[in-house]
Amino acid sequence: MSSEAKNEFLEGCKDAIPICLGYIAVSFAFGIEAAKIGMTTFQAALTSLLNVTSAGQFSALDVIARNGSFIELAILQFIINLRYMLMSTALSQKLSSKVGTIQRLGISYGVTDEIFALSFFRKGSLNPLYSYGLIITSVFGWVFGTVLGAFSGQILPERLISCLGLAIYGMFIAIIIPDTRTNRTILGIVVSAMVLSSIFTYVPVLASHISSGFRIIIITVVVAAFAAYFAPVQEDKEEIKP
Amino acid sequence: MSRVYLYILLMAGVTYLIRALPLTLIRREISSRFIRSFLHYVPYATLAAMTFPAILNATDYLYSSVAGFLVALILAFNKKSLLTVAGFSCLAAFIVELFLH
Repeated sequence: MSSEAKNEFLEGCKDAIPICLGYIAVSFAFGIEAAKIGMTTFQAALTSLLNVTSAGQFSALDVIARNGSFIELAILQFIINLRYMLMSTALSQKLSSKVGTIQRLGISYGVTDEIFALSFFRKGSLNPLYSYGLIITSVFGWVFGTVLGAFSGQILPERLISCLGLAIYGMFIAIIIPDTRTNRTILGIVVSAMVLSSIFTYVPVLASHISSGFRIIIITVVVAAFAAYFAPVQEDKEEIKP
Repeated sequence: MSRVYLYILLMAGVTYLIRALPLTLIRREISSRFIRSFLHYVPYATLAAMTFPAILNATDYLYSSVAGFLVALILAFNKKSLLTVAGFSCLAAFIVELFLH
């Protein structure tokens, strides 16, 4: 490995340290939830290693816990992780045409909200080695936190675990709420998704016929399509956001 | 092989394809304004639907969940970091539960 290549890799590792710390905290919560539904520490860690997607993994727990259908799980993952398509598409513009398919397949493994953000705002074209540095450091945190959580889920006092269940929702809120201040469309999306979700949850006929996985799929497609049709993103000031 | 491993492999496969297909196949930008906007809005709708009303059952008590939810909303509205919002949300619930016991 040339020294320039080595520098790219090390720089990626260094830049991803904050991601790594954040991931430990979030995947800790995932580990706890996974343990709650009876997954072993190994299964929880394997899930994190192979998926590296917070919303996707959390939503899957619900399907797994009630022995849901494989089709439901596949569609749920597809919809919830659809945003990675936008990110991957954006990243493909950052890669030199010399970057081959194998390297592209390698980078694909680590397209997450946070890794995408660092890669996309990197100056100049993206060196795959920089991506690998980001990915290795971040995924280490993601899997390590999961193991800690799954393990603690079995030993921590019940009251503490009860409160840590809020962590993942706190994160989701921290991701979606700030943009509602400046963007009325996003405010509308967040409020209507929450209202619809409540209706699906509390109206008995709907609650008994539509599982929580499909509930999220339906709401996402309806609300996002409605917003995209009536309030498309302004092309000139569009920012591709995780 | 247990059903759990099939679930894990299936979701990993779907998620990986979503990430890999555009990076390897699409070399040009998506031009449809509708699709671009749709993809842009998806995470907000998904996360909002996943959060509410599920957050009300996140802890063992409704009151502590509500406290955590409100604290998270206020901090997020003031653009605090992910860790701050998540941490103080848990802390608020913990404090409320101390009084409930």
